[in-house]
Amino acid sequence: MADEVKLYAAAPSPYVFRAKLALSIKGVKFEYINEDLGNKSAELLKYNPVHKKVPVLVHNGNAISESLVIVEYIDEVWKGVPILPQDPYEKAIARFWAKFIDDKCIPTAFKAFGSNGDEQVVTEAREQLQILENELKVKGTKFFGGDNINLVDIAGSVIAYWVGIFQDATGLELITKEKFPKITVWAEDFVNLEVVNQALPPREDLVAFFKKMFGKA
Amino acid sequence: MAKQEEVILLDFWPSMWGMRVRIALAEKGVSYDYREQDLRNKSQLLIEMNPVHKKIPVLIHNSKPICESSIIVEYIDEVWKEKAPLFPSDAYSKARARFWVDFIDKKVYHNGRILLYTPKGEEHEAARKEFMDSVKLLEGELGEKDYFGGESFGYVDAALIPLYAWLHAYETYGELKVEQECPKLIGWAKRCLEKKESVSSVLPESLKILAFVQQMRKRFGLDE
Repeated sequence: MADEVKLYAAAPSPYVFRAKLALSIKGVKFEYINEDLGNKSAELLKYNPVHKKVPVLVHNGNAISESLVIVEYIDEVWKGVPILPQDPYEKAIARFWAKFIDDKCIPTAFKAFGSNGDEQVVTEAREQLQILENELKVKGTKFFGGDNINLVDIAGSVIAYWVGIFQDATGLELITKEKFPKITVWAEDFVNLEVVNQALPPREDLVAFFKKMFGKA
Repeated sequence: MAKQEEVILLDFWPSMWGMRVRIALAEKGVSYDYREQDLRNKSQLLIEMNPVHKKIPVLIHNSKPICESSIIVEYIDEVWKEKAPLFPSDAYSKARARFWVDFIDKKVYHNGRILLYTPKGEEHEAARKEFMDSVKLLEGELGEKDYFGGESFGYVDAALIPLYAWLHAYETYGELKVEQECPKLIGWAKRCLEKKESVSSVLPESLKILAFVQQMRKRFGLDE
């Protein structure tokens, strides 16, 4: 019996991308259902009644929401290329950094891009990114996952790709090569990976979308 | 033959995040060294073991620190897997459990904090509404089950039950009446206290928590 896998999605969402990338890494065939976030489908509302958001993964009728929960689910169901380490301690560390990206890096970065260059807000965002920069320095590996990408790199795709787009869309240079040498190299390596590159939405579309979103169109 | 395990928990007695970890350790029958932390004068050990956030709880297992309560509980479940599994074995049920704990953290605990420590006004009122909407959703999710985990106490139960120790404080400062709107949830909480030694041995008394909150509010200049 064939698996039925659907991903309720929207191209601009970095959270959707996490799920899409995880499925691509595992080589899972899935139906990509594009949602108009201004006019959400009845199915989306049925599958995610609590948050009414994308991404939602529907696997044989079972709906899973929240991007990191989805990525962990994908890793558990489809074997093959591992996304999380096997060792419980290493797993906990990976989860910690993925959560750090979500709880600290993303909200502060978003605030900075929406702030019209407010120095305090930008500094706070850079402080969180500096912690991530230091972690990469200490690890000394190509990716957070070592030679290959793991949960943290996947969670960090928002930093590797979307932050550059936000920078183009708003004119705020949050991450520079001088200030964040490790993150800059990591981001390039990440985006250039074939499995990542093939899954990423086109840059120009996203810049246009976020210019509108940040009120700079 | 069990190898020598060194388990230390850096914690703060009223913390709901800490309680969740203590409950998980109790469920597994793990012996550990509980070290109460002074959060206004953080110890070298805490700063060393959690340099990023400098927060409790931190579990130190054979000298290796694990931070963030939900991550610690998952770790505990994976390492001490022979006894009292906190997660069901199928991936979908696991995902549902993780979803609900994420919801509890973002919607219930987050708003609860606003109810206690912000003055009356728009923000307080919005938090009050979202808090109640969230617990009602949890009431619906529990349904007729004995526990969120189904027939046995699990990850979501451990994550949410510390709320019960704080409920009196939330109801006082949030002007809420949770039992009226969520009788099943209150029934569940009482069942956990009655039937689970891990819960009854860990949860502090409501009045102690209330006194703690009153002390904090005075410090924030909220009450006379």
